[in-house]
Amino acid sequence: MTTATTLSEGTDNPYALSHLDSLESEAVHIFREVAGEFERPVILFSGGKDSILMLHLALKAFAPAPVPFTLLHVDTGHNFPEVLAYRDRTVAEHGLRLHVASVQEYIDAGKLRERPDGTRNPLQTVPLTEAIQQHRFDAVFGGGRRDEEKARAKERVFSLRDEFSQWDPRRQRPELWQLYNGRHAPGEHVRVFPISNWTELDVWQYIEREGIELPEIYFAHEREVFNRSGMWLTAGDWGGPKDGEHVETRTVRYRTVGDMSCTGAVDSDATTLTAVITEIAASRLTERGATRADDKMSEAAMEDRKREGYF
Amino acid sequence: MTTTTETLSTTTLLRFATAGSVDDGKSTLVGRLLHDSKSVLTDQLEAVERVSLGRGQEAPDLALLTDGLRAEREQGITIDVAYRYFATPRRRFILADTPGHVQYTRNMVTGASTAELAVVLVDARNGVVEQTRRHAAVAALLRVPHVVLAVNKMDLVEYAEPVFAAIAEEFTAYAATLGVPEITAIPISALAGDNVVEPSANMDWYGGPTVLEHLETVPVSHDLTACPARFPVQYVIRPQTAEHPDYRGYAGQIASGVLRVGEPVTVLPSGLTSTIAGIDALGESVDVAWAPQSVTVRLADDLDVSRGDLIAPSASVPPVTQDVLATVCHVADQPLTVGRRVLLKHTTRTVKAIVKDIPSRLTLDDLSQHPAPGQLVANDIGRVVVRTAEPLALDAYSDSRRTGSFLLIDPADGTTLAAGMAGESFAAVVTEAAPDDDAEWDF
Repeated sequence: MTTATTLSEGTDNPYALSHLDSLESEAVHIFREVAGEFERPVILFSGGKDSILMLHLALKAFAPAPVPFTLLHVDTGHNFPEVLAYRDRTVAEHGLRLHVASVQEYIDAGKLRERPDGTRNPLQTVPLTEAIQQHRFDAVFGGGRRDEEKARAKERVFSLRDEFSQWDPRRQRPELWQLYNGRHAPGEHVRVFPISNWTELDVWQYIEREGIELPEIYFAHEREVFNRSGMWLTAGDWGGPKDGEHVETRTVRYRTVGDMSCTGAVDSDATTLTAVITEIAASRLTERGATRADDKMSEAAMEDRKREGYF
Repeated sequence: MTTTTETLSTTTLLRFATAGSVDDGKSTLVGRLLHDSKSVLTDQLEAVERVSLGRGQEAPDLALLTDGLRAEREQGITIDVAYRYFATPRRRFILADTPGHVQYTRNMVTGASTAELAVVLVDARNGVVEQTRRHAAVAALLRVPHVVLAVNKMDLVEYAEPVFAAIAEEFTAYAATLGVPEITAIPISALAGDNVVEPSANMDWYGGPTVLEHLETVPVSHDLTACPARFPVQYVIRPQTAEHPDYRGYAGQIASGVLRVGEPVTVLPSGLTSTIAGIDALGESVDVAWAPQSVTVRLADDLDVSRGDLIAPSASVPPVTQDVLATVCHVADQPLTVGRRVLLKHTTRTVKAIVKDIPSRLTLDDLSQHPAPGQLVANDIGRVVVRTAEPLALDAYSDSRRTGSFLLIDPADGTTLAAGMAGESFAAVVTEAAPDDDAEWDF
């Protein structure tokens, strides 16, 4: 690739929007459509960068009024403590209401069984879908991006789910212009993905531009980790290290934040947003390929989980 | 990569769609664009290699990069539109990768509806064929501002200039009759990489841009801001808090044109008038805003304005009507029939409507009109007359893709039935074919 020294053609036009402004404008439009058409929307909020970005966009979309949505967190019981602290701080700061669906409670009640590999990410589906039914949420915002994974590349912005929360990729509504169709029957709901068209780099650039605070685990820090299947997992009570796995202290950061049992850290010295962006721009690995064990289970792991109701 | 954050944040975004028949090399072109712009990362390529080897294939099958569903990989075909993302230092791209099968007209319509540019692929050995004309017609119908004709497989015709020139001339003449505003023809070999990202050493006679170069430099969003302003109200923001006791703002995305503080405006369909007292661009107060920015508009007077209303400059208001004449692409499996009760979603307004008439169905092969087909089935394009229960402020689609487009929705189960484009279309001026040209439709 040659490095361009001139600005893009589009900037000669006084009315051209930068790509970040275009993406922001589109996402805000989607948030407002949902506010205008649904009764009980909820934002899935994990304290990860994508859900933090979504909340930031929602705050801007409705300012100076409060965000007209509640938040829902599916707590796997193996979340990073720094992220939970961030979650609670954010909820308090903006006066939001948070619902928590707990995987641990489902396991304790015998309604879910721990998997032999200790991964709890796939176990989130049942508490998530039951929380949606219980609270009768009719629109559920997710921070899924089409660039993350090839099944997600097929996802609509407004994605109808049946009463069992199932996704049927062959029976999706065509999505035309900016005319999102949110019609649904009672019991059904619509998953909404306002940042579908953002890439990982867009997310980081926007976070830098807007000065959005993130949980500290996104930046390089020393951490006790051990290697499992080529990924650096955080040592802890959740189930690692096992026999033959050795803990060592490394300087790492996280590219995605999910369950401790399946989210790997990457070696990094990036302690600032600018350093993180430089690192990502140069990376030859996708974010999920580098750090997510759950997607490596099979060629269609994400599609299969999504069909069952995973976000 | 030497790109700095500074250059990246000032780049613009281009949305484009690709169209091509099954064997025209569309997957190869998409794969080549992604691969040569270094947008395919190591783990994705490894996954493709792993699966290809597992199937006994010698070379990695780049189509696996784009076929994301289990059924697509099993059958080796693309079923549905997928969106791809890639970037160069000059611009970011969203590519709507649409399947090429004849029966999937609705997929190309879906991809083209948000595209500012369409790439139509042609096999240099076959020239302009029926499917090429169909793709050009859909691009014209959807008013995609820029069309690229990519004449592919030039390596198989010995990179001969006359072959390219003849195809480019035939296509340009055809597309011009459809009203396609701008056509750029580029001779390429997606397989060998000629003129896709790198200029071809095999075609000295070609002095134009490569496909990527053209994508990087084609102007975006000019026509949106040149049109009269249209502001569909999405949501009324009324905090009613101690800090903002009297704030009343109309939130929306500017569909076209430019809005300025102090401008006299009319609210439709009521016809009430006021002036713009303020514009809040996501937290920042501004004097001027333009499409497609999402903003909040405050008016000088307390009017009854709600979701579904349209704010426009008083000097240039759209017509208000309950009788909609339009071209539709039928996208559902159940047919659209005369007398059918539907919902019509136009900008932020959804109203009850009834299909009064289906005057004609378009035959995409020769652009002839089949009169009074009685119904439209999946992938049909036809003219319809729809009567709405409430008045709509509707522009012609040829003037505004955003305020001239609508959906027809099944009120019973919410299915999206048809994609509508209001007003006359290129198809309206084409002479009608004999009524007995298609026995299937005679009853």
